[in-house]
Amino acid sequence: MSAAAQRPPFWRDVRVLGWVFQLAVFAVVVAIIGVLVNNVRVNSANQGIPTGFSFLDQPSSFEIPGNDFRQTQPVREAIVEGVLNTLRVVIAGLILATLLGVTLGVGRLSGNFLIRTITRVYVETIRNIPLLGLLIFFYIGLVLTAFPRVEDSWVVSNVLVANVRGVTIPWITGSTIAFLIVLAVAVGLAWAVNRWRLQVNERTGEPARGGTWAIPVFVLVGFWGAFFVGTGITTPELDGRSLDGGMTMQPEYFALLLALVIYTASHIAEIVRGAIQAVPKGQVEAASALALSNWHRLRHIVLPQALRIAVPPIGNQYLNLMKNSSLGFVISYFEVTKTVQTTVGNRSPAVPAFLLLIGIYLVMSLIISAGVNVVNRRLQVVER
Amino acid sequence: MNRTELVVDWLKANLFRSVIDSIVSVVVGALAVFALFRLVRFVFVTGRWEIIEVNLSLLITGVWPEAEMWRLVATLLAAGFVGGLVVGFVARSREIEAGIEPGPIRPGRRLGQLVSRLWPLLLGVGLLLLLSRTIMPTLLVLAVVGAVVVGRLVGRRLPRRSTTPLAVFAVLTLIGTVFLMVNGVGLDDWGGVVLNLFLAAFSITLCFPLGVMLALGRRSQYPVIRLLSVGYIELFRGAPLIALLLMADVTIGFFVPQSIVPSTPVRAIVVFTLFTAAYMAEVVRGGLQSVPSGQVEAAKALGLSPISTTFRIVLPQALRNVIPAIVGQFISLFKDTTLAGAAMGLRELLNAAQAATAQAQFRGQGLIVETTIFVLFLFWVGAFTMSRESQRLERRLGVGNR
Repeated sequence: MSAAAQRPPFWRDVRVLGWVFQLAVFAVVVAIIGVLVNNVRVNSANQGIPTGFSFLDQPSSFEIPGNDFRQTQPVREAIVEGVLNTLRVVIAGLILATLLGVTLGVGRLSGNFLIRTITRVYVETIRNIPLLGLLIFFYIGLVLTAFPRVEDSWVVSNVLVANVRGVTIPWITGSTIAFLIVLAVAVGLAWAVNRWRLQVNERTGEPARGGTWAIPVFVLVGFWGAFFVGTGITTPELDGRSLDGGMTMQPEYFALLLALVIYTASHIAEIVRGAIQAVPKGQVEAASALALSNWHRLRHIVLPQALRIAVPPIGNQYLNLMKNSSLGFVISYFEVTKTVQTTVGNRSPAVPAFLLLIGIYLVMSLIISAGVNVVNRRLQVVER
Repeated sequence: MNRTELVVDWLKANLFRSVIDSIVSVVVGALAVFALFRLVRFVFVTGRWEIIEVNLSLLITGVWPEAEMWRLVATLLAAGFVGGLVVGFVARSREIEAGIEPGPIRPGRRLGQLVSRLWPLLLGVGLLLLLSRTIMPTLLVLAVVGAVVVGRLVGRRLPRRSTTPLAVFAVLTLIGTVFLMVNGVGLDDWGGVVLNLFLAAFSITLCFPLGVMLALGRRSQYPVIRLLSVGYIELFRGAPLIALLLMADVTIGFFVPQSIVPSTPVRAIVVFTLFTAAYMAEVVRGGLQSVPSGQVEAAKALGLSPISTTFRIVLPQALRNVIPAIVGQFISLFKDTTLAGAAMGLRELLNAAQAATAQAQFRGQGLIVETTIFVLFLFWVGAFTMSRESQRLERRLGVGNR
């Protein structure tokens, strides 16, 4: 019998049926999307609403508080401003939430009973309440209700001034970009020095002491570089009713940042605790048997393995924090959701505007996922 | 060793291990005592809880008409009975499997176990009863507890082979109660924590089949199906829920013909369902990955068709493994239902609490602190109870230990 004769008729051939099935599903999905698009077109035409993205060039006709954005600027620039506001709260939030979360996670495993209990109460409480409630509590309950007038500001010497206009902290003056470049150079040099010490250690067996070498390098390069590019420090100075210097965070920004950090940190803490506990006990015991010091045991045995477990879920928390920044909408912080919603209120067509919004969030999600994936790949065990 | 030495040893090991540790303990301890003092003073002395007492029914059931309250009562009783039935049946089945004969019931010990297991829930219910001004809620709670106990006793005596009839009975009862409630009081009139619970429970039930389909689709051998599933999952996981809710609120009238534009609560349910389905798909995918490939190979060797393999071999094991994760998903959906209040103006718990502070009697007194803390407390009771129960379940199922 020839091979062709052995094949079943096409209506019973699994491969053919598979493709028919896929095409059918695809056709159904396309049909649903087609119906939706057609509905949008018909309904928009009935109400005389355009469906394209030409609204981006129209004047926005609203102002963004805490910003010199003018009503005559186009919607496009308003949305860019919204994205920047989102990034401002997300980047600060990521850094602070990671610091607080890791501290709390390590605290939950502390040998000190009080630290252990307090961090546990914090985590079990904050994780189980809705973020929106926390945000409203901080914004309406704390910032709007409890913060004092300017002349009665809460002052912590020259470090922190809080009043109804916002929270002021010391900040750098001069070009931010120049400062960031200096910072990057300092970090890069410190990293290179650390690497060189590790190589020396491998070649000669001499102790690496990476920190002892790298931290002074970082401090020296950082300070001299900052001095060289003209970076200064401005601190808040309160004099009666006038407040000079420092950087003032708007009340909305402050409340949103606080809520996001406190909420996300409780989730990160649980991840960190789980990751440290997931490192097999034998590893720690083996390290002790090799007479590694507490610090070396943590630095070279426990943390690298815990980090490998913790990075993917922490990446998820970063994504959540980014998406949760959209809650700024509720307290009228002009991040991108609030901005888009306002333009829709000002007669931008709703469907394209919201599709654009979803697209913006997708792009930001992809960027964060890509970053987390890069870190994750570097940490993975190289398997044979 | 006598008692004093034990205490001293414990203190040395847990609070005063070294000089630095002792300093930390004293400073943190002082701060903690101060914070605790402020908290207790706020709860019992300075807190102005009158606003909660006056608005309690608004916060729990919204503007649910008094005359239709029996529908809610009937639902609670039915849910309590069915819940007890299932728990009793499962507990008895486990006992038989393990070959344990039930010993004499020791009420004191049983009560102690219940308190240590459900203390957050008991705390929350007790507080609500303290705040209510009538005897009716107390009677209701007693009746529901009675229904649970009766259900549990009946469940223990059911014949061993009644798993399927029991499941059908439970599902039918729950569907029946939903009809009972929605027929009497239109969804638009719902509010308070009842609305939060309903939105979450209804949406998670609806999203389940879609989530399972997407999870299977993501692992399908067919590239088109895989691509569509991944596209759906990543689209909904990449967008924030509040943006989707806002979009649905404003634009749903464009996507469907004008004649069938749904009401606001239905819009919220649609968005919650579509959104949670994407997360559910990832949860189920985790479960699917946890099923050893030998299971599928064995099913193939027995000549089962791909569909039978999926529905009779893979899915039952996968879903059993992800029950705790599904509870986690339900908790986060329960918390996220507050967003429907902010984005769509539904009178759910948080929104109702904010509205209460705008009443003429309570306006401009900064009562938002009291109302928000009360709301957060209720959410905490619900979420914390569920997460403890799901951890218990996880230990019992032995997920990750097999």
